Amino acid sequence: MHPVVPYVTAAGLFGLGVYGVLVRRNAVLVLMAVELMLNAVNLVLVTADATVRATLPHSGQVFALFVIVLAAAEIGVGLAVVLQLYRLRQSVAVDEVRLDTGAPLDNGPDDETNNARHAAAGANG
Amino acid sequence: MRIEPVDVLLAALGAVALGSGALVVTTRHVVRAGLWLVVTLGAMAGLYLVLTAELVAWVQVLLYVGAVVVLLLFAVMLTRAPIGASDDLDRPRWPALLVGGGAGVGLAALLVDAYRWTRVPMPEPGRAKAIGEAVFQSWVLPFEVLSVLLLAALIGAIVLSRPDVGRREG
Repeated sequence: MHPVVPYVTAAGLFGLGVYGVLVRRNAVLVLMAVELMLNAVNLVLVTADATVRATLPHSGQVFALFVIVLAAAEIGVGLAVVLQLYRLRQSVAVDEVRLDTGAPLDNGPDDETNNARHAAAGANG
Repeated sequence: MRIEPVDVLLAALGAVALGSGALVVTTRHVVRAGLWLVVTLGAMAGLYLVLTAELVAWVQVLLYVGAVVVLLLFAVMLTRAPIGASDDLDRPRWPALLVGGGAGVGLAALLVDAYRWTRVPMPEPGRAKAIGEAVFQSWVLPFEVLSVLLLAALIGAIVLSRPDVGRREG
């Protein structure tokens, strides 16, 4: 086998992931592009494991397994953040998130409804 | 310059992965992006199988195609994403094209320059026993730390999902 074939595939996938992260506005689609990048890294690890004679056998595959588990943890927390953002703002567009205000609910387009909803939630709880 | 059958297989699966990956980041349907992601991840699992990483391939199918994509589709539903095509999914393309294309082409040029057309013999068929021995002998401490990290991520996701997070006091 020629290792350059999977390596070039991995480089292309990583480039696609970078493009997706930068170009997408929907936060869920940004997370999908992050998954593409993580998969490109996994492909490099597995290819290196198959082609390089290492001191510790199969370290590349073990690292790929670790990266898959880390990606699962990342996607869980990331989606919790996205859902909380949607609950607060009724929108998951990443370029509408204001980073320059201290309070997350200030200056929002639908501030009144949010406050009313949270007041209701507080009354119920 | 001899081309072996395994190279053809790797190139074909890589082409499938790259093509569907390009559709993931360019399609105008949110749900279809998730379904193209399934194709990409499946082709990656095929690549792992060809590269004799059998256990990694099946973990990929179980965890990625099974769990992660289902989570992503749940998130698409819960955020009430539009079902049809939507035109406002993308920001201006040129900066992203520049950076993403630069990263991809740069990495590809680096790897092609490093490996040229060198040929390596295929490794022995991979077996789960060898991976299990590697995990539980050389890498047992990172493995255990990873379980703690998963627990922390689980608790973090639960705390983040509570509806009273972000409420102002008073």
